[in-house]
Amino acid sequence: MSDHSEHHIVPKRVYFAVFATLIAMTWVTAWVSTVDLGRLNIFVALSIAIFKASLVILFFMHVKYGTKLTKMIVLAGLYWLILLLFIAMCDLWTRTWMGVPGR
Amino acid sequence: MITASPPVKETKNYLNNEKGIKSWLLTGDHKRIAILYLISVTAFFALGGVFASLIRLELATPAGDLLESNQYNKVFTMHGILMVFFFLIPSIPATLGNFLIPMMIGAKDLAFPKINLLSWYIYIVGGIFTLYVLLTGGVDTGWTFYTPFSTSYSNGYVIAAGLGIFINGFSSILTGLNFIVTIHRMRAPGLTWFRLPLFVWAHYATSAIMILGTPVVAVTLFLVVLERGFHIGFFDPAYGGDPVLFQHLFWFYSHPAVYIMILPSMGVISEVISTFSSKKPFGYTFIAFSSVAIAVFGFLVWGHHLFVAGQSIYAGLVFSVLSYIVAIPSAIKVFNWAATMYKGQVRLETPMLYALGFIGLFTVGGLTGIFLSSLGMDVHLTDTYFVVAHFHYVMVGGALLGYLAGIHFWWPKIFGRMYSSVWSKVSAALVFVGFNLTFFPQFLLGYMGMPRRYHVYPPEFQVFNVLSSAGASVLALGLILPAIYLTWSLKHGEIASANPWGATGLEWQTASPPITENFEVTPVVTTEAYDYSTQQEVVHVG
Amino acid sequence: MASHVVAHKPAEHEPVNTTLRHHFASDEQQKDAATIGMWVFLVTEIMFFGGLFLAYFAYRQAYPAAFASASGKTNLWLGAANTTVLICSSLTMALAVHAASLGKKTLLVIFLVLTLMLGGAFLGVKAYEYHDKWVHHEVPGAHFECEGCDDAGHAPLFFSLYFGMTGLHATHMLIGFVILVILIVKAQKGEFTTKWYTPVEMFGLYWHFVDIVWIFLFPLLYLIDRSHTGLK
Repeated sequence: MSDHSEHHIVPKRVYFAVFATLIAMTWVTAWVSTVDLGRLNIFVALSIAIFKASLVILFFMHVKYGTKLTKMIVLAGLYWLILLLFIAMCDLWTRTWMGVPGR
Repeated sequence: MITASPPVKETKNYLNNEKGIKSWLLTGDHKRIAILYLISVTAFFALGGVFASLIRLELATPAGDLLESNQYNKVFTMHGILMVFFFLIPSIPATLGNFLIPMMIGAKDLAFPKINLLSWYIYIVGGIFTLYVLLTGGVDTGWTFYTPFSTSYSNGYVIAAGLGIFINGFSSILTGLNFIVTIHRMRAPGLTWFRLPLFVWAHYATSAIMILGTPVVAVTLFLVVLERGFHIGFFDPAYGGDPVLFQHLFWFYSHPAVYIMILPSMGVISEVISTFSSKKPFGYTFIAFSSVAIAVFGFLVWGHHLFVAGQSIYAGLVFSVLSYIVAIPSAIKVFNWAATMYKGQVRLETPMLYALGFIGLFTVGGLTGIFLSSLGMDVHLTDTYFVVAHFHYVMVGGALLGYLAGIHFWWPKIFGRMYSSVWSKVSAALVFVGFNLTFFPQFLLGYMGMPRRYHVYPPEFQVFNVLSSAGASVLALGLILPAIYLTWSLKHGEIASANPWGATGLEWQTASPPITENFEVTPVVTTEAYDYSTQQEVVHVG
Repeated sequence: MASHVVAHKPAEHEPVNTTLRHHFASDEQQKDAATIGMWVFLVTEIMFFGGLFLAYFAYRQAYPAAFASASGKTNLWLGAANTTVLICSSLTMALAVHAASLGKKTLLVIFLVLTLMLGGAFLGVKAYEYHDKWVHHEVPGAHFECEGCDDAGHAPLFFSLYFGMTGLHATHMLIGFVILVILIVKAQKGEFTTKWYTPVEMFGLYWHFVDIVWIFLFPLLYLIDRSHTGLK
């Protein structure tokens, strides 16, 4: 489990490329929000945010060059976050399905 | 027989190599920190026990003659908060886990000794907040802090209590963080994952729960504090807030929390059953994976606390099925422990007595949990004494008995002394009998309809309540005795050898008590776990 | 269980390794442990913010009109500018770690100071925004009013979440500030070498995490229904 990847030094051009992408996507997400896509708006916004966050995690935080354990820990954290959000929202989404007053 | 030990020249060990209060309060030694925790955890347990006694005294009669309803609410709230957050959650991990995990993996200390000490100070600060609440008038919301009562209507010290638990949560988080890093990266050469003691597997799973769950209850209590302090309407229906959202957030942690309380105990039981059967745990791999499965599945069932709260019935169905499934890994463990004892050389020393008690009582507690997982049955049983009995069977009959088993098992290693075999067995018997007398009648009371958190009840429930209160006094005696004979053993107990029980495990290969660095030289592991073939004849016979 | 033991006593005349703690066997093990420890801590932070995100999604789903018009009261340009500022600070932080790994002390200090300044700019804008909200009675409480908002009765929920989430985020930034100042002082003193710059790297992880939280807060709080609420 101790794969060694600690000595990799990320070249600066990678950082600048990621930076440019992040800035560009920020303005894209701001612009897209002004377009009425109905229920798709939130999906687009979240997708862009997830993409940006992935860039930060993989490159700025060096996870791409990190150990397997680091990657596992990141994935576990994201998985549990999704668990919390998704399962609880399932309750909220399905409360009105039965059509019973008060439910 | 208790004999005073002859004066012996003390070897240098972690207890005596540095003297003075500063060497304890500023220590980085995981073993000393474990003892700091042992003392504090015991103190909070005793305090929680005082509140339990008040509850049982009040409930001996149907009328509310000892306490008013408001006072009673504060008493059971304090009992819950102290027992859950300040005893059960830290008990085994912070005492036995802290002490043993580095030793079991052949390390000199945990990965982050300073953070370990910090976790204890955070625990104490959280405790001080809670004591403040206690001394200034208490909180009456129940340890579950349901909104909108806690946020808008309670007259108790909700903010201070919430803050106390919030702070205490960070102690838990730091402990879990330390364990995860340590177990991953500081194992001795040759110590692969499947050579680890099951105690370590149990704590690894526990630590994952601590890391993933505790922050959610932290932010939830934080929101309660904000709402109560600034009248912001997160959970206030007047602003469109949803009290059930609070319950989702609260139980997302608090259900996995019960697995934080039980997994370390199960780890202890695996060690004790194996040692006192002189046999490798049956189905080692199954037990190891079951620990992880319990941690993972434990996060998928929290909605079973919301069955009657207004949760969607479809969500209820899914949570019900998952709650049935989560029982399976625990059952696997029980079968494996039984199979371990089969054709083993069973010795009924005190730790083994507690372990056997655990198996029986935890099974009852676990099975009654299945009753509660059924949606229909839960409508009848929820908020009755059936639930109270269920969780006391798993928390006291399970977690506490595991803790006592562990304390009695590793006491010689931690302090270098043996305790009285007779008194410890008597206490174990008293605990078992007293516990069952206290809590079994509560299953019947709950089924008959007696609601929980009430200090008055109809006279037809009195017989069982009196039995329960009587049992509580026996249980109390059984729990007070260890405090006496264990303390006595520190000065007068027979000097313990390195391995008085004939156990396997790296912690038994080093002196009792250990030196500060744990091992003279770092061990290298070449054999599988629980290899009893190399054991010599057991030295200590009780 | 152990069948033989190996002596691990240090050789007599080895140079003293001042940055290796006694319970670690090697620098690599120590650095790896720190990285994993930091990530485990960040996972707790993910779950901590996660609770607030759940509250957000729950109430947005329940009261979409209130959330949309309330979100329209935030200043899109300030939000976008702040997002840009924070991403810049992430770049300077990554470059700071890069400089540290190459032992370039002056560059390290420069980038750490730039990070601090950019973070300060972010907080300055936030303070302005908070003040603006206060002046327009958009702070939940007795004097709350949401001018021209749909379903204004539920608008306080949005603003509670706005202040709660950005407030928690700002608190994390303030804590980051304190640590950053300490790092700048230590860096200036030359305490970080190519062999040991772990605190810089670990703080970098923390800072990037704080940036990621904002990457989500920006669209969720500022961009809900701009096609209808306009670009102000």
